[in-house]
Amino acid sequence: MRITITLKTALRALRRNKMRSVLTALGIIIGVGAVIAMVGIGNGAKAQIEAQIASLGQNVILIFSGSMTRSGVHTGWGGAGTLTVEDAEAIRREISGVSAVSPELRSAAQVAAGNQNWMPQILGEGPDYFDIRQWPLVEGAPFTDLDVRGANKVAIIGKTTAQQLFGDESPIGQVVRIKNVPFTIVALLSSKGLSVMGSDQDDVLIVPYTSAMKRLLGVTTLRSIMVQAADAKQLPVVQQQLTELLRQRHRIQPGRDDDFTVRGQQDIADMATAQSKTMTLLLGAIASVSLIVGGIGIMNIMLVSVTERTREIGIRMAVGAHARDILLQFLTEAITLSSIGGLIGIGLGVGISKALSAIVEWPTLISVTSIVVAFLFSAAVGIFFGFYPARKASKLDPIEALRYE
Amino acid sequence: MNPVIKLDDLHKTYHTGEVEVLAVRGVSLEILPGEFVAVMGASGSGKSTLMNIVGCLDRPTSGRYFLDGTDVSELDTDELADIRNKKIGFVFQGFNLLSRTSALENVELPMLYRHDQHSARELREQATRALETVSLADRADHHPNQLSGGQQQRVAIARALVNQPALLLADEPTGNLDSRTSVEIMGVFQQLNEQGITIVMVTHETDIARFTKRNVVMSDGVVLTDTPVGDRLFAGPELERLQKTRGSAPQAAAS
Ligand SMILES: Nc1ncnc2c1ncn2[C@@H]1O[C@H](COP(=O)(O)OP(=O)(O)OP(=O)(O)O)[C@@H](O)[C@H]1O
Ligand SMILES: [Mg+2]
Repeated sequence: MRITITLKTALRALRRNKMRSVLTALGIIIGVGAVIAMVGIGNGAKAQIEAQIASLGQNVILIFSGSMTRSGVHTGWGGAGTLTVEDAEAIRREISGVSAVSPELRSAAQVAAGNQNWMPQILGEGPDYFDIRQWPLVEGAPFTDLDVRGANKVAIIGKTTAQQLFGDESPIGQVVRIKNVPFTIVALLSSKGLSVMGSDQDDVLIVPYTSAMKRLLGVTTLRSIMVQAADAKQLPVVQQQLTELLRQRHRIQPGRDDDFTVRGQQDIADMATAQSKTMTLLLGAIASVSLIVGGIGIMNIMLVSVTERTREIGIRMAVGAHARDILLQFLTEAITLSSIGGLIGIGLGVGISKALSAIVEWPTLISVTSIVVAFLFSAAVGIFFGFYPARKASKLDPIEALRYE
Repeated sequence: MNPVIKLDDLHKTYHTGEVEVLAVRGVSLEILPGEFVAVMGASGSGKSTLMNIVGCLDRPTSGRYFLDGTDVSELDTDELADIRNKKIGFVFQGFNLLSRTSALENVELPMLYRHDQHSARELREQATRALETVSLADRADHHPNQLSGGQQQRVAIARALVNQPALLLADEPTGNLDSRTSVEIMGVFQQLNEQGITIVMVTHETDIARFTKRNVVMSDGVVLTDTPVGDRLFAGPELERLQKTRGSAPQAAAS
């Protein structure tokens, strides 16, 4: 029997019970829709995270004060720091694969300019910071080693903070009071957008780390040290050397935990993707359960259909249909049902992701692969769950099928 | 001439639970090409059972069945299906048409399972020709539930003829029809028989059996008598006679 005729017969049989066909396909529609939406959202999130990781700068290693256990629970973070300016200098001096180092402090503080108040992130950084993060200035010049040595009261302002404090006016040369200490703005940063964790990276005020330590926070230790390796290939070596150097400097006995945490860029990326992976996994589980339930629905309806159409099967066999023809006829029907369900599901999934991106401003990326895979998968569900009923139909005896009431 | 059908001590036993039903108990029969045979007998005498075996729908419990010289009892299910498709046209007692499918498509059905492929147009042409032989081409698009019993039986006959089989089998083709329509169906059969098709037909009506050339009477699963028909009836004159005797009775539109 020709495939076009088989297909036509299948479509006609499905049309005959429109409502039933639609309800049966619903499981597949929902399953495939969930898969497509899930992959779209997951891919979008991944692309965004990747872009953010890249915006962190290249070959960056972060060293945090305090230790962090493998499970991610950290102890002593931001408390009494263990990293010192001398540590940072030793790293710069003694590890050859390191191209730039910036000691870091971080705090949120009330900032006033004229009668405007705002609460940006205050970062204490070294002059290398802007190179490491590949963060160009729009206006002005960065602070220098001289500013660092003198703990000068100069600051570089982020786009958002500048907007909040000065509106459209140029912030260069203006004075802001951080914790009542006056700082002069020397430069304006270009816009960097959201961070991996979703915060606005442009809502910052960056001062020399020495100024942050002495004039703002009154501390002698650092929150973290940002290190850039000269070469991606050297990253593991540099990371290893950093750890050894700091353990030695901090006089940590072998077998005892580090009092600092070294994080490569990949670790940060992993941390950020872990969350979206959990979400993807959950949605994936829902989708597969839905597809299986949809498949069982198809199997159920096909079994009912075989029983209802026993006489038809008998007639077809009586006029010369082989068992294989009957098998193919019912299998085609199941596959047609699940494939059409799959196609509708793909449309639904694309719609959902588009709607979601519009509502929560979360980018979605629908890949052609996911559409092709989802379609093939729905067809496969039809084959898998349609096979048993089709086989049952093909095993009927013509005489008994004809006698069936 | 070699027989089209040669039955050799054919038995069919049904096992239903504890009871054994000996539906056919040793039938030997030869039917030559061009014959027109009526198989008769009381209800339960095994006529349908025999016809189903001859039609390759069922297998005998024992005995041998040669169709065109081939021993059918040795063939597998697919080979039997091919024989049903090519060599035999079967007209069932209850029409057995696909409902919600047009007359034309019902007639096309056996062609779909042929091994030689045909274009949709060829299918339609051949099916229309088969409907023309039973004078029903004008109802091609009607569904079975829009057709009278006689018309449905004609569709069933057209379906049996569409693959141009040499052998036409019919199980009580007039069982559900009034006498006038029955005679019309006999007219179709006689015409086909004239063209050289061998016909074997089950009937319990002696009047109808007189339209054939040979009557085989069964009883309790065996052949009781096997006689040629002496006073044969012909559909043409019979229809005219029916027309006259009805006289003023309201005329049914010609089938
Ligand atoms: N599938 C079956 N299972 C069990 N017994 C059967 C089956 N089919 C037929 N029989 C029995 O076989 C015998 C012959 O049946 P068959 O249908 O051949 O009779 P028949 O001559 O065609 O009768 P009728 O004129 O009523 O159609 C009957 O006794 C019937 O009960
Ligand atoms: Mg019978």
